[in-house]
Amino acid sequence: MEAIVYGHFTDELELLDAVKALKNKGIRIADVRTPFPVHGLDAALKFPRSHLPKVAFAAGIIGGSLGLLFQVWVFTEGWPLNIGGKPYLSLPSFVPVTFELTILFAAFAMGFAFLLRSNLGPGKIPNILDEEVTNDHFQIILSAKNNNLSEAELAEALEATGALEVKHINAEK
Amino acid sequence: MMHVSPVREPLINGEKSYNDITSDVMAPIKAKPGKLWYGGLTVSVIVMLIGFAMIGYTVWFGIGTWGVNRTIGWGWSITNFVWWVGIGHAGTFISAILLLFRQKWRTSINRAAEAMTIFAVMCAGLFPLIHMGRLPLGFFILPYPNTRELWVNFNSPLLWDVFAITTYLLVSLLFWYFGLIPDLGTIRDRMKTLWKKKIYNFLSFGWQGSARHWQRHESMSLILAGLAAPLVLSVHTIVSFDFATSVIPGWHTTIFPPYFVSGAVFSGFAMVLTLMIVTRKALNLQEYITVGHVESMNKVIIATGSIVGIAYITELFMAWYSGVEYERYAFMNRALGPYAWAYWIMMTCNVISPQLLWIKKLRRNLAFTFVLSIFINIGMWFERFVIVVTSLHRDYLPSSWSMYKPTIIEVAIYLGTFGLFFTLFFIFIRVFPVIAIAEVKSVARSSARKFLGKPAKNQKPENQ
Repeated sequence: MEAIVYGHFTDELELLDAVKALKNKGIRIADVRTPFPVHGLDAALKFPRSHLPKVAFAAGIIGGSLGLLFQVWVFTEGWPLNIGGKPYLSLPSFVPVTFELTILFAAFAMGFAFLLRSNLGPGKIPNILDEEVTNDHFQIILSAKNNNLSEAELAEALEATGALEVKHINAEK
Repeated sequence: MMHVSPVREPLINGEKSYNDITSDVMAPIKAKPGKLWYGGLTVSVIVMLIGFAMIGYTVWFGIGTWGVNRTIGWGWSITNFVWWVGIGHAGTFISAILLLFRQKWRTSINRAAEAMTIFAVMCAGLFPLIHMGRLPLGFFILPYPNTRELWVNFNSPLLWDVFAITTYLLVSLLFWYFGLIPDLGTIRDRMKTLWKKKIYNFLSFGWQGSARHWQRHESMSLILAGLAAPLVLSVHTIVSFDFATSVIPGWHTTIFPPYFVSGAVFSGFAMVLTLMIVTRKALNLQEYITVGHVESMNKVIIATGSIVGIAYITELFMAWYSGVEYERYAFMNRALGPYAWAYWIMMTCNVISPQLLWIKKLRRNLAFTFVLSIFINIGMWFERFVIVVTSLHRDYLPSSWSMYKPTIIEVAIYLGTFGLFFTLFFIFIRVFPVIAIAEVKSVARSSARKFLGKPAKNQKPENQ
């Protein structure tokens, strides 16, 4: 367990100001935990854009083409069905199934990618420091490991932003 | 953007803080269930079991136990199937399409409406399976490698339905559950007993509210909404293809896809209103699901109900204008034939009744809305009945003209799906938060009475 310092706010606007203040001081923020997605927090923490939409796009293409190719194969090679003398390769009637499979693959691939990337999943045990972060606490967590400051200095900087109940967890030697 | 609008009424009434939102929404999960809940669940389970028994009876003795015949092969079961699928559409419409349009009022009702979607689609999916008569062979509809090397017919709209409904059910489930994850974390942290904490932690996938997780969650929700929006439109479109691609007068029309989709959203919103007007009272959530929410939903009802009305009139006009005598006869027969009563119930409930909502007083009247929503549910059921039965009962060959009356078995199966639906709904309201806690909190700053007109101490004037 690394040495961390944490404190919370009870208002998301105060949290945003604090994040900006800490960033201006050049302090790295290990994690911010909030009860709901705070508008503008991603920008304040300078997060890069998520790649999940790309995963969805790629999986959608895969799902759609697999679906289309399978239908084409079934109706030309696998077991061509003569339906009222209509052409075997009737692409328009393959559209619905192709469309549905595109959506199905894209949605599920993105769901799994989200869980994998965020290290979430059934049975995962979270490291909860304050149970109120899922209620009304907006928590900032600083780690001594990725800052060149001591724990006391970090705690001081965090308290200066107006954070409440600043606490530390010492490193286990 | 912190745009404080003096014109819009708040979405959350009564000075609610973030903590109040959590505890109010969680109250039914923490409290011991009351007599009303036990009573409702017992009745639902009994009705469900009777329905299942009648499904068993049908499978055992065959489809002859139903009132369907050679002329009218699709009776109540397909009517019920289309009706239930339609009911489901409101949930996805609220959670996906209204998300893309950034409608903040969706946050109070999307969770329950989406749950309703899933339960309704489950009820819907039962009917085609039962109607095939041999439930254990239901898997024949899937393309799986088999010893006969035979595949399913990808040219058939009935098969498209299999894919559309399955995808719809799975994607709705995914969207709903992933939206629930943060709220399940909230419940976990409020639970006192260890085993409950463990169960909710398992269900919440270990959620801890990290900013990075929220960022991905937001990004994922937006894309899922973007995927679910065309999906929901495609589902009822494909259901309408079941009819529109045939050569039956009254079915063979190009207007069907948009007409079915708006009809589905129309009936779905009616069902959401029926349920939510009762639920908000029973669970004491009046401050979150306000009269303003009901009014917004009623506006959707006017819009979609009017589209449905125009579709009915267009159908009549085209039947006359096309000059096709069979088409003309089919519509004359609908309005004046032996099933005219069903047609006029449909016209009254679906075309006339929603127009009353133009009056603001009625739109904001809960008792009126509740009664009206039931009328719409009935009307939309009769729409499907008219389309299925009336179009079939007098076909091209007068010697095979026939009438159809459901047997008690069919009625019991239909009621049984209500039992299934309400059993699931009763369990849902005790186990999961009925309102999306995190989403409501995220719009509270801009839309809750507590914050309106009272800027927080650090708030700077921002560009609007």
